Amino acid sequence: MSATALRAQRTRSLVLHLICIAVGALIVVPVWFGVLGGFKDNGQLSSNPLGWPDPWVPNYLEILSNGVFWRQLGNSMLIAVSSTVIVVGSAAMAAFVFARYAFRGREFLVTLFAIGLMFPFAVAILPLFVLLRGMGLLDNPLGVILPQAAFGLPITIIILRQFFRTIPAEVEEAAVLDGCGSFGFFWRVLLPMARPALATVSVLAIVTSWNNFMLPLVVFSDQSWWTLPVGVQAFQGQYADDTARVLAYVVLSMLPALGFYAVAERQLIGGLTGSVKG
Amino acid sequence: MTRPSTVSYPRRGDTATDPPAPGPGTARQRGRQPRPGRGGVLAVFLAPALALFLLLVVAPILVAAYASLYKWNGFGLPENFVGLDNYTRAFADPTFRGDLWRGFVLVVLSLAVQLPAALALAMLLNQPLRGRAFYRLIFFAPYVLSEVTTAVLFTLVFSPNRGLGEGVAQWLGADAGTVFADPDTVLIAVFMVVSWKYFGLYMMLFLAARQGIPKELSEAAVTDGATAWQAFRHVTLPLLGPTIRISVFLSVIGTIQLFDMVWVLTGGGPIHSSETLAVTMYQYGFRRFEVGYASAISMVMFLLSLVFALFYQRVVLRRDTAGAITNQGGQR
Repeated sequence: MSATALRAQRTRSLVLHLICIAVGALIVVPVWFGVLGGFKDNGQLSSNPLGWPDPWVPNYLEILSNGVFWRQLGNSMLIAVSSTVIVVGSAAMAAFVFARYAFRGREFLVTLFAIGLMFPFAVAILPLFVLLRGMGLLDNPLGVILPQAAFGLPITIIILRQFFRTIPAEVEEAAVLDGCGSFGFFWRVLLPMARPALATVSVLAIVTSWNNFMLPLVVFSDQSWWTLPVGVQAFQGQYADDTARVLAYVVLSMLPALGFYAVAERQLIGGLTGSVKG
Repeated sequence: MTRPSTVSYPRRGDTATDPPAPGPGTARQRGRQPRPGRGGVLAVFLAPALALFLLLVVAPILVAAYASLYKWNGFGLPENFVGLDNYTRAFADPTFRGDLWRGFVLVVLSLAVQLPAALALAMLLNQPLRGRAFYRLIFFAPYVLSEVTTAVLFTLVFSPNRGLGEGVAQWLGADAGTVFADPDTVLIAVFMVVSWKYFGLYMMLFLAARQGIPKELSEAAVTDGATAWQAFRHVTLPLLGPTIRISVFLSVIGTIQLFDMVWVLTGGGPIHSSETLAVTMYQYGFRRFEVGYASAISMVMFLLSLVFALFYQRVVLRRDTAGAITNQGGQR
């Protein structure tokens, strides 16, 4: 390669890096401001928003030594895990039937679920609230878990059905010859084979539940059930004047999501791109 | 994309499009004389999903449709039938009409700014570049943060007197502390925060689609004398079409029901200047207990989504063979 071509390529790659760094800064700087700001007091925040804290203020420790944050973290986890188990379990069963049986009304049902893809909570929240109140599920974690599972069904069924259809019929025939019934095949052959797809939909369901705000906001008036998003918002309302302390709370509430992202990045991205591509 | 059914179990519904079964007799027999207890199996496997879905997704939407015809405070049964009054009231209400307008503005901004920027970054990260996996990881990270966390963070970033925005603004000799308090700038500010959180998602979708396109195609175009831009414009971009159309769809549907971000950032204010349909619905439904009127607003959101989805599927997505939203049945 000639020297000019090499130089052109270097310049080009330098420009690309600069663009990436600029965009990356737009993302990282606000978060970094939050992380550092959590170690400051309000005086430092106004005189020195981006610099190093001096002295270091123990906002994080105060929050972590208070049970409220842990309680909200626990609630978020309980609700995310329960919603995920329910949605993945019931969607896997339905997707199995949709993928491998032909029956009258199948296309109608599949289309019905698919239409549900387009209408998340905001549209249904009001009647849902009335319904949950009628069933006595307000201030009850099931009042969030069950609707979340229901609204997660469409995407989960669509992804799993696609995957189940790729498993060759010979596998099922072999299982039947070995004495497996439908349940045995589903439980002992299909689900273990579908582990990557199950991981993908589980990650999607966990993230969706973890970030849900509107439903827990209206279902839980009892603070002891609040999840992290509701708690963060309330904390901001309560300590509106204490910016540094709220920053610390926000940053702490980000950590589980970011940690989870670091671990499950591949499933999350695979799930999102897969659900769009089919 | 080939239909995956070529490898799945032979089904009664499959006829002309299925590959010939090993022996037609066995296939038909399996179709007609299904495994023992087939109906029972179907019922057991479908029951949990159907029950959840009908009770908690379908029923609420039907209830909303019904309640939208009543003047109702949400307690007891709706009795005061008012016909379409709630709808006529909504369309006469400046806030509601403003919601529609603001939703339109947000959609236009997304299509004109957010999606092209995401596409450009995806193309950029598709180049051989050291550390691009790291950049990708960073760009996508905001997507996993909740809208609430993001909104609270940015409220503080731009909080008057001690925010980062204020610091930067002082440095530039300007006043950034009031972007969320000024009716003229608040919608743009909300849009910027929404984009901050979501552009990584679209970038990732475009990147995945781009990597599914064989390199040879644009290389061949360049060999034939096309410039890099022409190769992108006439080869890559059309092939990204399905993903772009799906992204537009997701963006529009997402905007119709935007709530968390707006609620936490501004509560819809100042003086309704960042309010969305979902926020208005929430205000009437959960603050003023005008459940009938709020249900009418819900139904407008529902119908907007539905009409848009049907229109989009008919007119725009028709040519795309693959995709969760285009190929639901998978059998047609």
